Amino acid sequence: MKKLLLTVLLAAAPVWAFAAASHSVTLEQANIDPGNTQSLQRGARLFVNYCLSCHSASLMRYERIGKDLGIKEKLVAENLVFSGGRASDLMTVATHPEDAKAWFGTIPPDLTVIARARGVDWLYSYMRSFYRDPAKITGVNNLVFADVGMPHVLWELQGWQEPVITTAKDEQGNEVKHVELELVEPGLLSPNEYDRAVRDLVNFLDYMGEPAKHERRALGIKVIMFLLLLLVFAYLMKRDYWKDVH
Amino acid sequence: MAGNASEKWQGGLLGWIDARFPLSSMWYDHLARYYAPKNFNFWYFFGSLALMVLVLQILTGIWLTMNYKPDAELAFNSVEYIMRDVNWGWLIRYMHSTGASAFFIVVYLHMFRGLIYGSFRKPRELIWIFGMIIYVALMAEAFMGYLLPWGQMSYWGAQVIINLFGAIPGIGESIALWIRGDYVVADATLNRFFAFHVVAVPIVLLALVVLHILALHEVGSNNPDGIEIKNNKDENGIPLDGIPFHPYYTVKDIVGVVVFLIFFSIVVFFMPELNGYFLEANNFIPADPLKTPEHIAPLWYFTPYYAILRAVPSIGGSAFPGVLAMGLAIVVLFFLPWLDRSPVKSIRYRGTIYKVWLALFVISFLILGWLGMEQPSTLKTLIARVCTIVYFAFFFLMPIYTKADKTRPVPDRVTS
Repeated sequence: MKKLLLTVLLAAAPVWAFAAASHSVTLEQANIDPGNTQSLQRGARLFVNYCLSCHSASLMRYERIGKDLGIKEKLVAENLVFSGGRASDLMTVATHPEDAKAWFGTIPPDLTVIARARGVDWLYSYMRSFYRDPAKITGVNNLVFADVGMPHVLWELQGWQEPVITTAKDEQGNEVKHVELELVEPGLLSPNEYDRAVRDLVNFLDYMGEPAKHERRALGIKVIMFLLLLLVFAYLMKRDYWKDVH
Repeated sequence: MAGNASEKWQGGLLGWIDARFPLSSMWYDHLARYYAPKNFNFWYFFGSLALMVLVLQILTGIWLTMNYKPDAELAFNSVEYIMRDVNWGWLIRYMHSTGASAFFIVVYLHMFRGLIYGSFRKPRELIWIFGMIIYVALMAEAFMGYLLPWGQMSYWGAQVIINLFGAIPGIGESIALWIRGDYVVADATLNRFFAFHVVAVPIVLLALVVLHILALHEVGSNNPDGIEIKNNKDENGIPLDGIPFHPYYTVKDIVGVVVFLIFFSIVVFFMPELNGYFLEANNFIPADPLKTPEHIAPLWYFTPYYAILRAVPSIGGSAFPGVLAMGLAIVVLFFLPWLDRSPVKSIRYRGTIYKVWLALFVISFLILGWLGMEQPSTLKTLIARVCTIVYFAFFFLMPIYTKADKTRPVPDRVTS
């Protein structure tokens, strides 16, 4: 048993090195455009096709997506709801938590508010940072999330990346490892197209994290305009009352 | 105040009520003939604002309670249900979460006003003490309310704070267990915190606010000059420098309320998380008793005390000295009316020594607030220790330096 443990630890050694390096990974800017409905619609399609089989979004309803993103209810039922359910259903998954745990080592987290927990830049970088790692059961690892249990679900779109490690010396003369990912096997999409697809997906996740965001900002402008107007009258009233105070 | 009986309106519905309930006299005593100094400045907005935020929190809280589920299995999801499926739920929730931080902002500014103009001095010691109890109740209210969304920060923040009680020698562990109602923060904890947050503490808060205002109206308001306006009255017994609270200060406070609401709305509608200061990113991950977050810090309004807690070195592996220091940092504020020995109240007539000490205190408090959010390091711990010493020195040396300070003569009448 001890021997086995040692073997596992040794096999994992290169991974540890990456794990240590992963802290210094700078996140790419997602630059999402929440006002771009087409991007959100494309993101929704990616989400239900690639994510929703393992990850749930159990606090979100299909019909809300249709309503907010301008997709007709019939189209929502035909194109988004795969589980045989109704458009008014919550976006749950059929996968049993026990099965998921056996397959991935952990239960895939619910993604409803993941964009609020992780931030869009993290999600964008994460989905672009999978690389081949034969030491892992899934065959992949991730620069942003070392030893993640999730396989590279979008591999057919992106293709396969492999790490290129370069060492440079920093100002103090210490060796600093720098890891970059290189596309070794192209996927269905070009790198630019893949980045756009991930941006669409992250845009959708951001929308799903707070569906009321658009409404919130629109209402906010009206409320503040009203308050500014009210301030003028409140001030004039105060000035009038205070005329006789010296 | 006596003498209002003759002013009572005769007949009608009001006359009927006044014969049975002191409605008119209350109106006169507390508003229309409550004479407040005419020289209130910017700092005097925050009392009425605190009252407004309290009302706002109670109203939004009632509506949140209609859909929130105090159950470890359901709490997190019920908050997101409010954010998505309840009509205007997102607005009510953001008003409540922003209101919590706004409450502390106005209360801290309100307390600072007391500090610079000596509003806690004789004869207003009880006003200050009621105010301090409100502050402590508010901390309890905020702490217990923060558990309710049942996110990772809710859970682990509560775990850390309750464990502080465990540091009390001998009985600590039993107290922590008694507070939690379980060996870890769990469903039982959530339920009792809900009861306290929604019922018990708000009742106490409202009662204390009434006491705070009654005590204020008994002795009258202080002012930026720290002068008793009741010492100069006209032939009718009305203070020469006083003006009726209503309508003068009601119309003035409306301006303050609108300005406050503009800032409040900017946060609610455009930055409800305020970069993680008002709503933390980690709290969008459901509570997981098996996964401790890397970095646990309380929300910003507690961080000065949290920094003091961490700054004090533990003795024999026990964090009790830090817990004690944190408690003392709050308790010492209660004694402010008796620590200050200056012959004048307002900073306008105090000398340089007090101004320097007050500046040092404010700077230390702000730095401690920042350090409480940061991961500790050797340098940061050192800075926290220096600031902790300054914090306590401000109070413990106060009897000495306020007496030694050179004050300027106070005028008889308020200055405009």
